Amino acid sequence: MNRVDGRLKVTGAARFTAEFTPPNTAYGVILQSTIAHGRIGRMDVGKAEHADGVLGVITPRNAPKLPGAESRISILQNSNVEYNNQPIGVVVAESYEQAVHAAALIKVRYDFLPSKLDFQSGFVRGYPGTHNGEPGDLAFGDIDEGLSHAEVRIDQVYRTPIMHHNPMEPHASVAQWDGDRLTIHDTTQNISGHKQKLAAIFGIPAENVHVVSVFLGGGFGCKGEVWSHSVLAAMAARYVRRPVKLVLDRPQMFGPVGARPQTYQHLTLGAGRDGKLTAIRHEVLAHTSYIEDYLESSAFPTRVMYACPNVSTMHRLVQLNLGTPTYARAPGVATGTYAIEVAMDELAYALRMDPLALRQANYAEVDPHSKLPFTGKHLDECYSRGADRFGWSKRNPEPGSMREESSGLRIGWGMATETYPANRRPASALVRMKPDGRVLVACGTHEIGGGTYSMLAQVAAETLGISADRIDVQLGDTLLPEAPISAGSMTAASVTPAVQAAATQLKAKLQGRSANPNDAVEAEAKVAPDEMLKQKASPHSFGAVFAEVAVDPELGTVKVRRIVAVYDVGRVINEQTGRSQFIGGIVWGISLALHENTLVDARTGRVANGNLSEYHVPVNADIGEIDVSALNIPDMVFNSVGARGIGEIGITGTAAAISNAVFHATGIRVRDLPITLDKLNTHQQSR
Amino acid sequence: MFPFEYDRPTQQEKVIDALSHSNRTKILAGGTNLVDLMKNGVEQPERLVDINRLDLTTIAQLDDGGVRLGALAHNSDTANHPLIRERYPLLSQAILSGASPQLRNMATNGGNLLQRTRCYYFTDSGFPQCNKRLPGSGCGAIEGFNRIHAILGGSSQCVATHPSDMCVALAALDATVRVQSSKGVRTIEFPNFHRLPGDTPRLDTNLEPDELILSIDLPPSRFASHSHYLKIRDRASYAFALVSVAAALEMDDEKIRTARIALGGVAHKPWRATEVEKELVGRRAERTLFELAARLAVRDARPLNHNMFKVELVPHAIVRALSLAGGVA
Amino acid sequence: MGSNRRQGEAQGERLMADQRRELNRRDFVKTAGAITGAAVIGVPAASEAKNSSPHRVSMNIRINGKPHSLVVDARLTLLDLLRETVGLTGTKKGCDHGQCGACTVLVNGRRINSCLSLALSNDGHTITTIEGLAEGDQLHPLQSAFIECDGFQCGYCTPGQICSAVGMLREAAVERAELTDDEIRERMSGNICRCGAYPGIVEAIQTVYHQSQGNDIPASGRD
Repeated sequence: MNRVDGRLKVTGAARFTAEFTPPNTAYGVILQSTIAHGRIGRMDVGKAEHADGVLGVITPRNAPKLPGAESRISILQNSNVEYNNQPIGVVVAESYEQAVHAAALIKVRYDFLPSKLDFQSGFVRGYPGTHNGEPGDLAFGDIDEGLSHAEVRIDQVYRTPIMHHNPMEPHASVAQWDGDRLTIHDTTQNISGHKQKLAAIFGIPAENVHVVSVFLGGGFGCKGEVWSHSVLAAMAARYVRRPVKLVLDRPQMFGPVGARPQTYQHLTLGAGRDGKLTAIRHEVLAHTSYIEDYLESSAFPTRVMYACPNVSTMHRLVQLNLGTPTYARAPGVATGTYAIEVAMDELAYALRMDPLALRQANYAEVDPHSKLPFTGKHLDECYSRGADRFGWSKRNPEPGSMREESSGLRIGWGMATETYPANRRPASALVRMKPDGRVLVACGTHEIGGGTYSMLAQVAAETLGISADRIDVQLGDTLLPEAPISAGSMTAASVTPAVQAAATQLKAKLQGRSANPNDAVEAEAKVAPDEMLKQKASPHSFGAVFAEVAVDPELGTVKVRRIVAVYDVGRVINEQTGRSQFIGGIVWGISLALHENTLVDARTGRVANGNLSEYHVPVNADIGEIDVSALNIPDMVFNSVGARGIGEIGITGTAAAISNAVFHATGIRVRDLPITLDKLNTHQQSR
Repeated sequence: MFPFEYDRPTQQEKVIDALSHSNRTKILAGGTNLVDLMKNGVEQPERLVDINRLDLTTIAQLDDGGVRLGALAHNSDTANHPLIRERYPLLSQAILSGASPQLRNMATNGGNLLQRTRCYYFTDSGFPQCNKRLPGSGCGAIEGFNRIHAILGGSSQCVATHPSDMCVALAALDATVRVQSSKGVRTIEFPNFHRLPGDTPRLDTNLEPDELILSIDLPPSRFASHSHYLKIRDRASYAFALVSVAAALEMDDEKIRTARIALGGVAHKPWRATEVEKELVGRRAERTLFELAARLAVRDARPLNHNMFKVELVPHAIVRALSLAGGVA
Repeated sequence: MGSNRRQGEAQGERLMADQRRELNRRDFVKTAGAITGAAVIGVPAASEAKNSSPHRVSMNIRINGKPHSLVVDARLTLLDLLRETVGLTGTKKGCDHGQCGACTVLVNGRRINSCLSLALSNDGHTITTIEGLAEGDQLHPLQSAFIECDGFQCGYCTPGQICSAVGMLREAAVERAELTDDEIRERMSGNICRCGAYPGIVEAIQTVYHQSQGNDIPASGRD
């Protein structure tokens, strides 16, 4: 089934946040700091205030005090500067050009304070953190015992850089007040969280806040929190008494709207000569800001991936004068599976064992920590199908042994395990049969690219036994039945059961009525996951990914020629959108392995490559063949639709598969991402 | 952007007049570099003279058998022009490896010569140190991120590189640049068009502030059958060169009669590796020769903390480009 | 609670209805700050008579077949003219610096990044945007192919991808280039897709390319 919102998207009719322009809209532009740490000493705003078209300049000097202001965002409540590029003012003008110009006229004088930017020296300063309330330190078995019994050990450090989400759509807010009622179109993947937070910050009842986000141009985790610009847009709208449209430009998105933090991961693996793991120790250091703690939970997947009796995981945070990090596609899992799956490849080589066979030898039939069965796990089939489709059995394990005669390129084959937890939260949905025979499905969820509009239509259609083209879907509005944040791959898993339940109830209601009712008939349902489920079973998705790279031995350039991946994610509701999500995750994995790197200037704490020219994400020519398939075995233990979620698993393991392939091609093991050509030249290592 | 006055004259004289009036007047052609820098606040002209109505788009053969490229011809039209594809494939290849198709449709030949460096410390006015943008303020790159910066011809004041691909090919092809001012028309030999930073990093070129580029002239083609433009970058497309090589050979059977090697991504201007060229002349085109000669290109290289890899990469790239140009394995 | 919900549905219905109306949109929303002259038949020579401020200039431009006479801030880009002045929000702003291709439109038939093109530079030009590709309800072949091949996810880069593909197919035809998958990838590398829909994009373009072999690809019904 094609996407139901496809036509809107290909004709440019799908409207994104910045495309809503109420009558009398004024334009807001944020001013951001150019130092990493200090206080604003003085801001000369005179020229800005008197510039053409300017309606107001708001700075910490004159910003209204917000009753529920949070220190986690920069909303002009004080003069502190905690990172370079932090919001420190807003200019509002009749036109965008006028606002930009006026902002450039503001002169800021800072009182400098020493800044902490060096991640490396921070290890000793690390403190424990939690991720979504779960402890960062967790161990089971006896790690020292396990290591002492190991006949082979791998002990390495793996590093991943600061990564910025860079969705194609910049963050934007269009805020409009009506008395103390706020309507805000916003680039958010969490409308209900947004509503609650904004209400609290402005000290107004939650029902006074109306948040709309009908199409989101990519989120990937950076649009889940309330960031400074949303509050500043609303503040500006109240200040100038007009609707205000505020859109970040691309360089402004490096710092104030979250990033994946860098990690330093120390992996120790111990195994017997037969390949069976006796010990895994995974220690993670990640950075956070001075404003708020966020922990990249890289060692969390380590707790479920392999049947190892002795596992120790530890996370430490260090504060730096950088913007607060946040969830990024497969938070923790993307970076953690990179490290552990490269370590496993290194172990395979130390054991002279096939990397796939090593994974299979350590297959976990039950959750290694809780000892509970998985809600559904068919990873073994993913391994064998994936290996088959890829041709893995033809692999000569010797590094550099596979060469392409015609080009001289070195071919490398690598593989990795993929995993992502299955998440689910309570959600509500309404389904209504209208007198004209069309059905409305309404749910306060989001369309961030995963095909939510289509999935809701599809599930309702199936349940009602009608064609999907009789269905209209509404989402992205806090006036609709409440649904959770679209993150953690939980949208389908949370909202489709709600739609299914509402449609089922509607069907029952319709059965009792005459053929052509004059009124609409509707049903609304709220469903929630079984609280006891996690005591009975462990919900996780798995997959296997195989990568082929071609490396130029003289120039060091790496091309990912093909990827084969097979997934076990429960039921895939829509084959077309599901496939696209897997591919999207894999492209992020390629990007993590080879391209993305935020360069923070050590003296100023300023991002040097804060634009899409120098911050590299893959272009079309970087992406070769991607063969994805799913087992599509429904997981009815997890929810009534059998679906566990798709959006993030593609990035997990992929960066490791590519790194392992590069090693296979060259014999060079690069342990810090991205793998750029200079790192493959062993004579001239640059950092 | 700062406010500016906008004109779109139809006569060349008006343009030159406007340029000689004020040094806060800038020419707008394709806009792909200037408008970008104006948005960053790096360029703040008081007046923009849009020259897109001038009649400078022609690409045509010259009497001596060379080709004249109008300054306002778009990069894409130039690369795809039959005369260029046939006689100067090196130039075609170089242009098509740069930027993106959309930008190549907008960008002009004159503008390509004048594009400014992509050094992070230059393009972002939030960085306090940039001798090019703010003379005397220091160089942010020397002690900062300099992976994409120069290994040849830099100075203690500036280590920026010239970002153009087209210019590297033009350097190899011995192009000349025809310009006009109120004093008349003059010709600038390509090696003298762009400058090294020295202690005047503010200046990218030797073009006078009141001069308008009319055309880029190419001498009669000698290298059509043996040339190759090799561009090495961090992703497969739409990225600036880490290192690039324009290699062109004129052959006498298996011997090299003339060699041209120009390098991109290594200096403030396209770098003619003349020592390599001299080493190649009169010898058989074979890999061992290329490898020996290529090393000469980096003999005087002064790498920085993050770009030492270029000292290895450049010779490899030269060997590869020469091999492809010479049809040698 | 009940009235909120009904209000929400009414709101929601209006949103979807809004969106359906977009497909038939012919009138353009005028936003505060821009002065739009009456629609002019034909495209007269541009007047450079300056308005009340020295930096506002009048211009004429034809967009999707409709002529416009405007007086604009000299700093206005073609992209913002489309999105903010005439309300054609189909063309997207991704980076505003020519680094992502989301703003790609066709000017006199060629694909360019509208964010780096000053509005005034387009005086007398003919612009085709994503809104101008379909003919009434009949989608352009590329639009249909993008839907069939799922050449998008969030949809934000999609208008730019499709306009770029229209331009690209025309360029390839003029050059008589053979469009292998690799050629398409290279020629479409000026359009970044963060959702990673590249395989679907290539497939969509290949589909149309093969269908059209030997034929002209229509730019729009109203060039």
